[in-house]
Amino acid sequence: MLEHIELFFKSIFIDNMVFATFLGMCSYLAVSKKVSTAVGLGAAVIFVLAVTVPINWLLDQYILKEGALSWLGEEYASYDLSFLSFILFIATIATMVQLVEIVVERFAPALYNSLGIFLPLIAVNCAILGGSLFMQSREIPTLGLALNYGISSGIGWFLAILAIAAIREKIRYSNIPAPLRGLGITFIITGLMAIGFMSFGGMLTGGDETPTEKDKTNASIKAQDKNNTELTPSTAVVDNLKNQ
Amino acid sequence: MGILPKKDTKLILDPLFDNNPITVQVLGICSALAITAQLKASIVMAVSVIAVLSVGNVIISLMRNIIPSKIRIIVQLIVVATLVIIVDQILKAFSYELSKQLSVFIGLIITNCIIMGRFEAFALANSPWRAFLDGIGNAAGYGIILIIVGFFRELLGSGTLLGFPVLGDPINKTGVYAFGYENNGFMLLSPMALIVIGLIIWVQRSRNKELIEE
Repeated sequence: MLEHIELFFKSIFIDNMVFATFLGMCSYLAVSKKVSTAVGLGAAVIFVLAVTVPINWLLDQYILKEGALSWLGEEYASYDLSFLSFILFIATIATMVQLVEIVVERFAPALYNSLGIFLPLIAVNCAILGGSLFMQSREIPTLGLALNYGISSGIGWFLAILAIAAIREKIRYSNIPAPLRGLGITFIITGLMAIGFMSFGGMLTGGDETPTEKDKTNASIKAQDKNNTELTPSTAVVDNLKNQ
Repeated sequence: MGILPKKDTKLILDPLFDNNPITVQVLGICSALAITAQLKASIVMAVSVIAVLSVGNVIISLMRNIIPSKIRIIVQLIVVATLVIIVDQILKAFSYELSKQLSVFIGLIITNCIIMGRFEAFALANSPWRAFLDGIGNAAGYGIILIIVGFFRELLGSGTLLGFPVLGDPINKTGVYAFGYENNGFMLLSPMALIVIGLIIWVQRSRNKELIEE
């Protein structure tokens, strides 16, 4: 249970798809002009991630991984098909998106009307393929955790696009230098939000991450420490100046 | 570019500056930003995208008359996925360290919007040679931004370029470090990639007023 909660919070806040790994940036920038459309796309991303990550987990466990084919018989135990994972994952995603679209249209027309236009867009959203590839490289151990990972990283993406859409609706009334208007300021705001989200890194309990991830967080923590130490002398200098 | 006719030259040069895929068309930001902390990784990424996009554009353009339009997205995805697998295997064979460092981001070239965007917008309607030039131009426009960002982040963040210390030794205090210069560790963190691109857009749009948005 504890590992579920940990993975849930980690995927939403610490390894947030947009702010930590820049996945799904294209649709994030293109569809974030209005809150209502952003909510629609965000919901569709959660939905598709929740479906595709567990399916790709099964594919990875029983077909792609080294030795995964051993359920076919002894002689297949040494096969390693992991080089095929890109093509298999993207085929699954494209098919699933199509299937989901058909099923939703048939059984939940209301949902289809709100999600409909976004579903085809999602097949080529990097966040979806990225979810499956990170699931593979982080070696998520069980199907339940894979489902959890899909849903929670979808929620992280949803939060990010909701936040930027709300900011962009307000920022229309601000006086921004003309060349920065639109795209430029959105990039800079996203950068600032990402810096904000980095402070969630302190929530990590540690212990069971994969080494690559650990290196990454260690590096970022180190860099943060460095900044802090760099900041302290300069603030001291400012205080001194004030006193004088 | 004297060898090519004027129209073909435009195909290559346009996306480099005035119609840049990243800063103007807003395509292909997804897989690129996280790997620009080092110049070397940015260059490898740029070269991989150039290879995938130019070859993919030619293949799609050759098949443009036989692909049924209803399933064209899947056909396109399969073509890119195959090319990306080849690039990934080559990288794994010849520079394993780098491919570990790029991890899933090579795989994410598949869903790089530049590639699907150029297939849809150009390769499906043009001859293979023109599609090839368009692929090289757009991927190079993408690569230029990647290399600029990688250059500044590595230079300011760790004081090296391609791994060589160009600003002196931070520990023994030689070079510019002797005057009290410090590396800005913040540049190595991912949010700075976004801010650097924001600044590039600012510079570009100040120079070219036509690009300014309302």
